Amino acid sequence: MPRRLLLCAALALAIASSRAEDEAVPRFKQVDSMEARVQGCVTCHGHEGQGTKSGYFPRIAGKPAGYLYNQLVAFRDGTRKYAPMNYLVAYLPDKYLKEMAEHYAKLRPAFAPKEPTTASEATIARGKALVTAGDASKQLPACVACHGNGLTGMEPGVPGLVGLRPAYIVAQLTRWRVGERVAADPDCMKRIATRLSEGDVTAVAAYMSLQDPPKDPSPESANLVRMPFACGSQR
Amino acid sequence: MRRPVLALVVVVLVAVGAFVWTAMHPGPLPASPTGTPTRAVAQSANAATRFIERGEYLARMGDCVACHSEPTGKPFAGGRAMATPFGNIYTSNITPDDETGIGRWTADDFYRMMHTGISRDGTLLYPAMPFAQYTKVTREDCDAIFAYLQSLLPVRQKNRPHELKFPFNKRELLVGWRTLYFTEGEYKPDPSQNAQWNRGAYLVEGLGHCTMCHTAVNLLGGTKESKEFEGGMIPNQNWYAPSLTSNREAGLGDWSLQDIGSLLQVGISHRATVYGPMAEVVYNSLQYMNDEDTAAMAVYLKALPKRDADPLPPGSARLVQPGVMETGQRVYLKQCAACHHSEGKGYPPHYPPLAGNQSITMASPVNSIRMVLNGGYPPGTKKNPRPHGMPPFSHLLKDDEVAAVVTYIRVAWNNTGTPVAPAQVNELRKLLPE
Repeated sequence: MPRRLLLCAALALAIASSRAEDEAVPRFKQVDSMEARVQGCVTCHGHEGQGTKSGYFPRIAGKPAGYLYNQLVAFRDGTRKYAPMNYLVAYLPDKYLKEMAEHYAKLRPAFAPKEPTTASEATIARGKALVTAGDASKQLPACVACHGNGLTGMEPGVPGLVGLRPAYIVAQLTRWRVGERVAADPDCMKRIATRLSEGDVTAVAAYMSLQDPPKDPSPESANLVRMPFACGSQR
Repeated sequence: MRRPVLALVVVVLVAVGAFVWTAMHPGPLPASPTGTPTRAVAQSANAATRFIERGEYLARMGDCVACHSEPTGKPFAGGRAMATPFGNIYTSNITPDDETGIGRWTADDFYRMMHTGISRDGTLLYPAMPFAQYTKVTREDCDAIFAYLQSLLPVRQKNRPHELKFPFNKRELLVGWRTLYFTEGEYKPDPSQNAQWNRGAYLVEGLGHCTMCHTAVNLLGGTKESKEFEGGMIPNQNWYAPSLTSNREAGLGDWSLQDIGSLLQVGISHRATVYGPMAEVVYNSLQYMNDEDTAAMAVYLKALPKRDADPLPPGSARLVQPGVMETGQRVYLKQCAACHHSEGKGYPPHYPPLAGNQSITMASPVNSIRMVLNGGYPPGTKKNPRPHGMPPFSHLLKDDEVAAVVTYIRVAWNNTGTPVAPAQVNELRKLLPE
């Protein structure tokens, strides 16, 4: 019995992974459509922006359009540095980048299966504390205070974090800590990231990647809550 | 072997330079009491406005803003690093700030700079500034560009010193460079050609400064007139600027005027699409070109003399191992065919055709390999604001798979290209996409 279960699981995994690979292969229904126009994104972010096998390429589907637009503009202008993205969007006008952002913001593809974690229980517990309650001793607000109780982000500029894999979260928080990634002034994430230790970053990423996505992964509406830090991207 | 030769050339250049230095060292222009800051400006405000607007249009055609701005900086305030094989050159502030820009220049100063490559204070400009092409621009057009630049908001931003290696940091060397590669003179219309052809020639050879990239650059950063439009690698950008005269490359002899104009002004056409450095040119400059000038440029480019010196590669050079062809076809059908069609026909103008596309079959496979590795978006232009893009495959395909698929598109469908080796892919993979 357990053997058959194992076989089933292996088969399911094989199907899932082959499907994940197909998700990165270009295809479209109509040439004159947004779907066809954003084929430039699919080998890394997947057909519906759900992400692909590589843990470093983030899920972009369903993040607030304002956030996605800010990132596209920052990649184009070089204020956010990642050479493959900087190159791809270098000569695209604002209006089109906005349309791309709105396209992905509307999509709600299924979430990829969670990656098994190697983090210790203590690490996950520390992550949970930071994400859900913050750390008053470090003047750290909880992640959920801005990114929403379901970590689905907040309109217009706070990204959803649910469904992101640890490699990506660690890389971004680290870039923020060392000043390589910045956001619009006042840069609230900078205030937060510079208060995090390396261990905190690992803990937050580990805990987040274990969370189940909520039934409705839409971002919360703008400023329902009073944000603990002022953020330029919410203005 | 190359180093001693280079050293010898440098010594000769220094000698030549020293010899003509006194003769050619110009110093500042004598102050002209009457001054002619905007001499062509007519009496009425409307005429002045029209003149400034014409200057703006011409400045677009010259693509001044692309080099004289940092990506996130103020337009025309300079500071952009121009990577050259000799070290970084930083572009200057050409906003009308009195202290750090060209606020105190006169139209005479500006014309002399454009026409001769000599700055207001008498220093010789490095040929990263395309004065060898801008020398062809008429006095009236220079005055209009100057009037436009003077109308901009002044930006106080000091020019950054160049970071050139010895001996290239010695401007005296430029005297030698100029005697070898610079011919001063405004464009002279060819009476045997019609006005449209002459307008096209004026724009392509002058403000458009197309030969800066589409002519092979030699060790000293010079271009030979006899090699004009014959194509070459763009130094430090690692893209190949195809020959505009060879029908094996981007030779436009058998293109329709419509397609040539569309490629230049829109960025896409039924024959090919622009990416990389040419996408930047279309984005910043050519998309603003009016239909009349676009047609003129197309007429001139189409009529460029064909120099099909290089015959098609012989059949033996085009032989591909069956295994490579199979891999190439497998990758093509899986990854490429959705957009480029199983027979390479594409969905023009949005997804370019690969069958019969000269930029795929030309001798240098650099651009095709780079496109497979890094993908690319054509520029978003006034007539094509929402371009279709190609994704990167560098993270999905191994060197031998990229080589096989590029080989496949170079020889399938009666294409006349030659096979590509995985080592060539590996070299280009090491570069950052740009």
